[in-house]
Amino acid sequence: MPVAEVRPYLVTRNLPHFWCPGCGNGVVLSAVARAFARLGLDRTQTVVVTGIGCFGRADDYLNVNAVHGTHGRALAIATGIKAVNPSLRVVALMGDGDCATIGGNHFLHACRRNLTITAVVSNNLNYGMTGGQYSGTTPAGSTTSTSPLGHAEEGFDLCRVAAAAGAMYVARATVYHVHLLDRYLETALTHQGFSMVEVMSSCPVYFGRYNRLGGPVEMMEHWRKVAVPLEKYWELPAEDREGKVAIGVFQDRPGIPFEERYRKVQEAARGARAGEVTER
Amino acid sequence: MAERVEFWQGNEAILEGALAAGARFYAGYPITPSSEIAELASWRLPAVGGVYLQMEDEIASMAALVGASLAGARAFTATSGPGFSLMQENLGLAIALEVPCVVVDIQRSGPSTGLATRPAQADLMQARWGTHGDHPAVVLAPATVQDCYDLTMRAFELADMLRQPVILLGDEVIAHARERVVLPGSPPACAGRPEPACPPEQYRPYAGGPDGVAPLARFGSRYVFHVSSSMHDETGFPNAQPENAARVIARLHEKIARHAADLELYRTYHAEGARYLVVAYGAAARAARAAVEEARAAGLPAGLFVPLVLWPFPARALARAAADAREVLVAEMSYGQLALEVERILHRDVAGINRYDGEMLTPEEVLAGLERVLTPCP
Repeated sequence: MPVAEVRPYLVTRNLPHFWCPGCGNGVVLSAVARAFARLGLDRTQTVVVTGIGCFGRADDYLNVNAVHGTHGRALAIATGIKAVNPSLRVVALMGDGDCATIGGNHFLHACRRNLTITAVVSNNLNYGMTGGQYSGTTPAGSTTSTSPLGHAEEGFDLCRVAAAAGAMYVARATVYHVHLLDRYLETALTHQGFSMVEVMSSCPVYFGRYNRLGGPVEMMEHWRKVAVPLEKYWELPAEDREGKVAIGVFQDRPGIPFEERYRKVQEAARGARAGEVTER
Repeated sequence: MAERVEFWQGNEAILEGALAAGARFYAGYPITPSSEIAELASWRLPAVGGVYLQMEDEIASMAALVGASLAGARAFTATSGPGFSLMQENLGLAIALEVPCVVVDIQRSGPSTGLATRPAQADLMQARWGTHGDHPAVVLAPATVQDCYDLTMRAFELADMLRQPVILLGDEVIAHARERVVLPGSPPACAGRPEPACPPEQYRPYAGGPDGVAPLARFGSRYVFHVSSSMHDETGFPNAQPENAARVIARLHEKIARHAADLELYRTYHAEGARYLVVAYGAAARAARAAVEEARAAGLPAGLFVPLVLWPFPARALARAAADAREVLVAEMSYGQLALEVERILHRDVAGINRYDGEMLTPEEVLAGLERVLTPCP
């Protein structure tokens, strides 16, 4: 897509971005900006909400309405915005720390509540900004700055969590699979109800280094190698799934978003008031 | 329209005050003794086109309030001690983003779950200092059910005027008491928060005008703008320069200081020339008033000072009321939080009349406190 079409959606004076060389966040950010451009979003009617951490800085580079909030609370802030003005397009950009860890509870309930909000999760499997500590998605056995002897906990499979919690559209790509990512983002941004796109992302400075995954190029290679299309993933023998990442669309179903359901509540409340039916 | 008289519970009056002030968004998490506000909001708000959201916790509730306010709604929540603690993180967010909203804290006994349904007044310092960082706090405290209605409306007005969250610090006794409330015939028109008028490309959401407050656009209007919990400059984008940080922190404080006159609100009873001045707010002020009336009837020159705005405290008014007082007594349902503030303002020791067992302070106890200072222990 021509750069000229994407530029209006970028705060070019803040570029180049501040992320480390080889960080996957730039790939995710440019995919988001491209998706905005392809859909021709009205900047005045678009709101991006971020939390804290590396990907929490994504809003610095997006020329739409933006809230840089508190750690893990992006979806809760987005909920207030969308509930008050359903005509706004609301996008939450989060890392795995924000979404799966400190914000885990908000994430579950956002999936269930089903407001038309798109969550984009850049999952680099650790807390990059704070120095490479483990997060809610860090795989068991991994080395991080707070699991130097090997991580004792299992990480979340965010897509399966989202699908189980009731999200309408759930898909996963990696920073290597950019065309897939583009497609998923476009679908998510036009989907009714809660949508989530998870992007497996590279952190060569912390996660890559601690786990001897090599530099930026090798980490890209890593995602190419370990990514398996969802339908094939489940055909693999259990032992072969070890270390692999399923990519694809985990959930895509129609449903009634919160906005529509709540309009009915408002109508019922007005009717009750008018008819004095439910005076308490 | 004629004046209307209602017989309302404090919590009901708070909800009605919020609706009258134009509130259209509530996000909260149920907790005693504030829950009636949520229950009433859940059907009264949608009836006026508003939204009630029961969030997963108080952290999310406060975050949703910030979002809703940025999208243009007059937004509020209600909670109680432990829930108020959870809200502190995003109360700080509202202060940093300078987003107007109203937080009702109906105090109950603590610490922690404490005596969950019993009255107390021990969140005074939490209301002032609960969130981290240097920031001002605006806290109103109703002493009657009428106050619940009037001060809730005032809280929304101040929040918009100051671009600042405003806390209504009630207590279990006031929240659950039923009293007569007189509603004005024609409710004062809601000014709403000032919106920018400049061309969109010139809008700077943090360029405080002469009074330190910048107009706040809403998401979805013609203005595209950016707000950040990180230290930001006038554009709303992060700016970590020390001189910028100092300017922002100073402006946050000064915008409240500049409106000191608007924020001074208190009541006095027999305070003129009083030799024994009782200071009390909320439920304790009710007991103190009865005690002071009785003391006066017995010929004791006692008076009462009731702050209705607790932060910033009406310091000059208190100093005036205490000018002739031989003794100042602070009556409160806490181990002594208000006493700290009164001592700080008056630069003198005060006598404490404290109750912190989850029971209501009684007029007899306040009276006993007055008698104690009359006859000091040998």
